[in-house]
Amino acid sequence: MSAVPLPVADGGGIGVRGLVADWSSDRHAFHVSWGKAMMWIFLLSDTFIFGSFLTGYMTVRSSTTVAWPNPSEVFSLHIGQTSVPLLLIAIMTFVLITSSGTMAMAVNCAYRRDRVNAAALMIVTAAFGEVFVGMQAFEWSKLILEGVRPWGNPWGAAQFGSTFFMITGFHGLHVTGGVILLLIVAIRLLRGSYEKSGNYQIVEIVGLYWHFVDLVWVFIFALFYLW
Amino acid sequence: MSTTTPASGQQQQHQQHPIGLYLKIWALLFLLSTMSYLVDYFHLQGYLRWGLILLFMLMKAGLIVAVFMHMAWERLSLVCAILLPTLCLLVLVALMAIEADYTHLTRVLFFR
Repeated sequence: MSAVPLPVADGGGIGVRGLVADWSSDRHAFHVSWGKAMMWIFLLSDTFIFGSFLTGYMTVRSSTTVAWPNPSEVFSLHIGQTSVPLLLIAIMTFVLITSSGTMAMAVNCAYRRDRVNAAALMIVTAAFGEVFVGMQAFEWSKLILEGVRPWGNPWGAAQFGSTFFMITGFHGLHVTGGVILLLIVAIRLLRGSYEKSGNYQIVEIVGLYWHFVDLVWVFIFALFYLW
Repeated sequence: MSTTTPASGQQQQHQQHPIGLYLKIWALLFLLSTMSYLVDYFHLQGYLRWGLILLFMLMKAGLIVAVFMHMAWERLSLVCAILLPTLCLLVLVALMAIEADYTHLTRVLFFR
């Protein structure tokens, strides 16, 4: 890409403006817009939050002397007489992956300045996200009815409930936040708020967040539900 | 900053990629999810189960980060700044695995 400009000696003047100019030296380390760079840095910090949660889950699961409840049975659904393991979780996974696909297509539309289709695809993405949260709420109420609490459950190690509610709850919170963000940007797209500047990168930035939510679910699905 | 003006916007890469590529990745993610689900469905156990779960997980994560999040087309400086720090988590995982092992042994010895 373009050469990095040399720092200007006297920056942006004196006082606070000079301080900011000197410290930033008016240089770009990353050749992306500040919005995208900040979203990536936020996602990195979020990675550490979820990474710590999952590591904590690993620690309590491998240090307990009581048998861990079998997720395959705990999360099974009864269809007629047969019990299908992890059915709801599999559907939730597919819903979230599908929403990631529609989000990627929304980014493509936005860069082609097709703002109506971009907004429509974002609303579809938000709808899939809401379906996901709905199914998670169903899963939570089912487990709570069956007696799972953060301090115990009928099947084994007491830590099962606390890690389940903390990890999936925090992820569900992220999905809910993402749905709100998607709807805000979709409405702004429809109102033509980005027409004047012609800069539709906000869709890609929201997309980064949404794909991250999907990414976290990949790890939760593998490490919590399948392990 | 100058990044908001259209002139410098052209310097930055616009992450516009064909929809066909996204659809292919989407299909692949579906396939990988189905396969990881089948690992549980067929009750595979032991190292085969864990290995397959981790393999499918890492493949899915790689596809999402590389294509959907466009990391494959970003400059190496951004890729390094975002992806390398996550490796610190491996240190945490290793430390906590040792700690969990020790806690487990202590519990087996004294609390059972």
